[in-house]
Amino acid sequence: MSAATTTATAGTGTRRGRTAGRFAEVAQRRGSVVVLVLVVVVASVVFDDFASLRNAENIAVQSSFLAVIALGMTFVIITGGIDLSVGSVFALGGVVTAWASQYGTLAALGVPLALCGGIGLVNGLLVTRVRMAPFIVTLASLLFARGLLLALSDGGQTTYLVPDGTALTVLGRGSVLGLPWPVVVVVGLYALGALVLQRTGYGQTVLAVGGGEDASRLMGLAVDRTKLLAYTSSGLLAGFAGTMSTARSGAGVTIVGVGLELTAISAVVIGGTLLTGGAGSTGGTLAGVVLLGVIANIINQVGSLDSSYQLVVNGAFLVAVVVVQTLLARRQSP
Amino acid sequence: MSERRTPAAATAARPPATDDGEAGTRRDRAGSTGPGRRSRPRLRPGWFQDYGVYAAIVLVLVVALVTTPGFVSLGGLRTQLIQVVPVLVVSLGMALVIGTEGIDLSVGSVMAVSAAVLPLYLGYGAVGGLLAVVVVGVVTGSVAGSLVAFVRVQPIVATLALLVGLRGLATVVGGGRQTQIINPTVLQLGRGEVLGVPYVVVVAAVLVVVVALVVQRTTFGRQLVAIGGNRTASRLAGLPVRRVLVTVYVVSGVLAAVAGLLATARLGASTPNTLGELLELSAITAVVIGGTPLSGGRVRVLGTVAGALLVQLITALLISNDLSYATAQMVQAGIIVAAVWIQLGRRRAS
Amino acid sequence: MSSTGSTTAGRRAAPPHRGEEPGSRGEPGEPVLEVRGVVKEFPGARALDDVDFTLRRGEVHALVGENGAGKSTLIKVLTGVHRADEGEVRYRGERVRFTKPSEAQDAGISTIYQEVNLVGLQSVARNVFLGREPRTRLGLVDFRRMNRDAGALLADLGVPVDPTRPLRTLGLGTQQMVALARAVSTDAQVLVMDEPTSSLEPREVEVLFATMDRLHASGVAIVYVSHRMDELYRVCDRVTVMRDGRVVHTGELAGLERLELVRLMLGRSVDARTERSRDDGQTSSDEAPVLEVDGLRSGTSVRDVTFSVAPGEVVGLGGLLGAGRTETVKAVAGALPVDDGQVRVRGSRLRPGRPAGSLRAGVAMLAEDRKTEGIVPGLSVRENIVLAALPRLSPGGLVSRARQDAVVETFVRRLRIKVSSPEQPVSELSGGNQQKVLLARWLATHPTVLLLDEPTRGIDVGAKAEVQGLVDELAAEGLGVVLISSELDELVRGADRVVVLREGAVAGELTGALVREDELMSVIAGAADRDGARACAGAPDGPAGGGTSTGPTTSRTTGGAR
Repeated sequence: MSAATTTATAGTGTRRGRTAGRFAEVAQRRGSVVVLVLVVVVASVVFDDFASLRNAENIAVQSSFLAVIALGMTFVIITGGIDLSVGSVFALGGVVTAWASQYGTLAALGVPLALCGGIGLVNGLLVTRVRMAPFIVTLASLLFARGLLLALSDGGQTTYLVPDGTALTVLGRGSVLGLPWPVVVVVGLYALGALVLQRTGYGQTVLAVGGGEDASRLMGLAVDRTKLLAYTSSGLLAGFAGTMSTARSGAGVTIVGVGLELTAISAVVIGGTLLTGGAGSTGGTLAGVVLLGVIANIINQVGSLDSSYQLVVNGAFLVAVVVVQTLLARRQSP
Repeated sequence: MSERRTPAAATAARPPATDDGEAGTRRDRAGSTGPGRRSRPRLRPGWFQDYGVYAAIVLVLVVALVTTPGFVSLGGLRTQLIQVVPVLVVSLGMALVIGTEGIDLSVGSVMAVSAAVLPLYLGYGAVGGLLAVVVVGVVTGSVAGSLVAFVRVQPIVATLALLVGLRGLATVVGGGRQTQIINPTVLQLGRGEVLGVPYVVVVAAVLVVVVALVVQRTTFGRQLVAIGGNRTASRLAGLPVRRVLVTVYVVSGVLAAVAGLLATARLGASTPNTLGELLELSAITAVVIGGTPLSGGRVRVLGTVAGALLVQLITALLISNDLSYATAQMVQAGIIVAAVWIQLGRRRAS
Repeated sequence: MSSTGSTTAGRRAAPPHRGEEPGSRGEPGEPVLEVRGVVKEFPGARALDDVDFTLRRGEVHALVGENGAGKSTLIKVLTGVHRADEGEVRYRGERVRFTKPSEAQDAGISTIYQEVNLVGLQSVARNVFLGREPRTRLGLVDFRRMNRDAGALLADLGVPVDPTRPLRTLGLGTQQMVALARAVSTDAQVLVMDEPTSSLEPREVEVLFATMDRLHASGVAIVYVSHRMDELYRVCDRVTVMRDGRVVHTGELAGLERLELVRLMLGRSVDARTERSRDDGQTSSDEAPVLEVDGLRSGTSVRDVTFSVAPGEVVGLGGLLGAGRTETVKAVAGALPVDDGQVRVRGSRLRPGRPAGSLRAGVAMLAEDRKTEGIVPGLSVRENIVLAALPRLSPGGLVSRARQDAVVETFVRRLRIKVSSPEQPVSELSGGNQQKVLLARWLATHPTVLLLDEPTRGIDVGAKAEVQGLVDELAAEGLGVVLISSELDELVRGADRVVVLREGAVAGELTGALVREDELMSVIAGAADRDGARACAGAPDGPAGGGTSTGPTTSRTTGGAR
């Protein structure tokens, strides 16, 4: 008897409202994939060169750096934070990789990871221990990383080159089983990311912390440690993306990565992760990254369009998605 | 019946538990969130957060006098004043937004849009250009304000989205390139001066006075501060919370757009690709250093002016001592963290 | 009773001793949790003062007390949120010192909070197992098992919900059951329930109680906090009453009459009656009411409230904590949405849900929580006073210091607000003076109706008398006043009429000579026609004499019907 009453109670709200809500929620969560498919189909019809293996590979490789950055950003945003430093850290990672490559491949891989992971760690410490707002902390480290990068390269005048024929070059340009290495790395990292987020206790905690920090503390979860790890891995991944970029281009370019944090945030949010935290998926982020990559590719193909339309599209997407997310959240928690 | 009283019940009612007891419990619930919390620097509440910035300016000037000949001169300081104008004007709007416990990250991009739009309307004369700039500010500000006040998107999220979109819009509108300004009035605004004071500085000074008066002497200004101090109480006191919030973002947008105009006039060219990049950070720094806490509830206009000047002076001093712009950036990062940390100390102390 | 004492306690609870414990009600079991001489101080207040508390195995122990009595603090000490300054906590015979909630949870003490403290975005199953998810052999989260276990657990509790649904799509009651499932799944020995029913529908309460019965039967000890008398008597074996940070009574609940329990909570006895100082002849109910509240419903707290206030009349709102008094005045002031019913001020209907509109219509509310809903800490005394009246005092939107100063000066003098200067930051004032500042804020708007929610809480005795005197004065000037107070003598002293709320509905109304503490307590206890009648019979002037002279005592006892 009591069972029956509770089931009835469980469904508060009208059935119709619930269905509409569910639809909106699914649209928000899986929308990026649907839009991606639509865009790809339309583009394949309209542009002759679009639907080629070569172009697909092109898009995939171009998107791979953003993808790695966005993976870390996904975790940070799900915890309810934000990391605005990734663009600078990405560029820093790239330059440090090129600089360190003269000391061997191991140094070229390890030094930027240590440095960028360190920046992420400091971000995390300031957010969790000092309780500063994530955006201000990471804005400051954006500035810091960019300053450090300029200092290392004498204000951008020195460009470090990666010696030819090292293992690093393979990471950038080589391929395995016909797939370019950057793409393989992205697939591997996202598989790992999905596993961590969905199937480990840490991932559950990340989701819980973003969904309700106080509740998570009362449930005895290690909130601070979780956030610390998220910021650190965001720094690590951004740095590693820099390494990949340098490995591909063969030089540490200082001017890259400006505004990249915004593209990364766009990709994450378009991919259905709530900007307020608590829900999201790595798969969605990947779809968001590819979607932005495809749009960039199309804008290129049109030729007459300036590449800065990309930013307009990102921004418009971001506003729309954020508004939908907010309205949905309000509807579901009256 | 009444004989069954327990002794405790018979004792006269003691004064009820004080409010502090309840509040203490409540505060502790929020505070309980951090078992591993470290103590923040404990500073005497008040003066350091409020007036430290002036002391710091004096200190920097003294250091400059000793180390850098020619820095503290009429000409040298004049240059600093001119250079600080865009950041200063943006900071004024930012101070108001932060006063309401909000944030406006879109200001740099609004500057860029303003710079991009300006040349398009200079065909209608300087007034047409100015009108276009103001319209840019009003429109972008209304969008941000509506998102915050009506859709109830978090300020940081709403303005972050605008930051991205407007930067793209600026590049698209400006065609991704630099446009020379040929309108003599605008050029005069950028280069001319009155009684030895550059026009841009005059405009900035007027804006400072106007904003200071608005904050201190209008209902809007006082309501803004009250809303930032305690939104629930303000709503209960019948304040038009939404209207004030939208207006604040509109003001911030217009000031950013005007800053874009001033910067463009000074340069003699519209550079929408890069204008205002990371300027939001400088503006936030200036506001926070000037004694306006990120948690809202107070606006210090003069402090903001001083904050903007301080950052400008330090940067210029480092660069004129052959330290690279890069180092200056890293130092600025440190200043931001320190300033916010110090303001956090205030919140804790009170 | 059982052999629990021999188990090596202190570590993660060995699988429960369920089944071996018949869990007979009322029989004394051995103590599971003992609190001895615990003291907890907060800046400016002693929240717990030498508190002893013993929880026995297999009992449901009610913990009651009014606001600020220290219940919440005690619970937080038990569950590792706070640490006691002095005294000791013994759990299963061993002294423990929990430093964070997870330690208490691991030891087997689980808590269910008044507000559901779970993560709404996550699925039911995840919420049940967050932090201790079942793992596969590879160390990954085993969702299949998690969902299965959560489903089984919930079905066991009588709540068959789909464990994969996001928690927020469930009703509040079901969410509370999920919290319970989480607590149960940790093999809790002790379950602390802090007003678990406050946001539940009656039928949801039934499900909760059924579950509690099962837990009770399996030997789990429960600490149950609630303000609802009916519930307490229904589910609890023993009771501990706290007041002002101390334990004032512990004992069997069955032998304790309701009226006595209320007396213990409120710290009053029938004898300690205060004489009414108000002049009864002053008010005439014939005048058209300034405020009419008709069938007001708002959320789960206000279900059906009807009353009216005549000009110059002080109407008290009585009732225990959680009876819906605060929510009623908030709904009237537009601070809470109104689901049904209407509010009329001087005959014209008020648009609900708009504080600004209510204020314009002449309704001013002194909110209960001075800190979060009243003062604006960064502003000066002057600015806090003029805040609500700012548009009126500022011609053309420009602040007029002259007008402000005039108003501020008037009220500082009249309310005797002690300030060094009107420019002093309001946060530097004492509680009493802050309260006067807020009162001044509302009076500056020239209201017709003044809603006062606990106007004297947390202020010193002198200021209290002043505020009380002021309320009398204001009423004498023709203002309609609604007064909420948890202190009976304040209600009796200050109010011409008292409307008693119980569980969001009017439980009774006292007028004229019946406005007495004993009468009030009877209606509050919901025992007007039981214990109360007997108590009144013993009192010198019975209800019959007073009732006929000034009007009937309405006692629509609605609480029992639920």
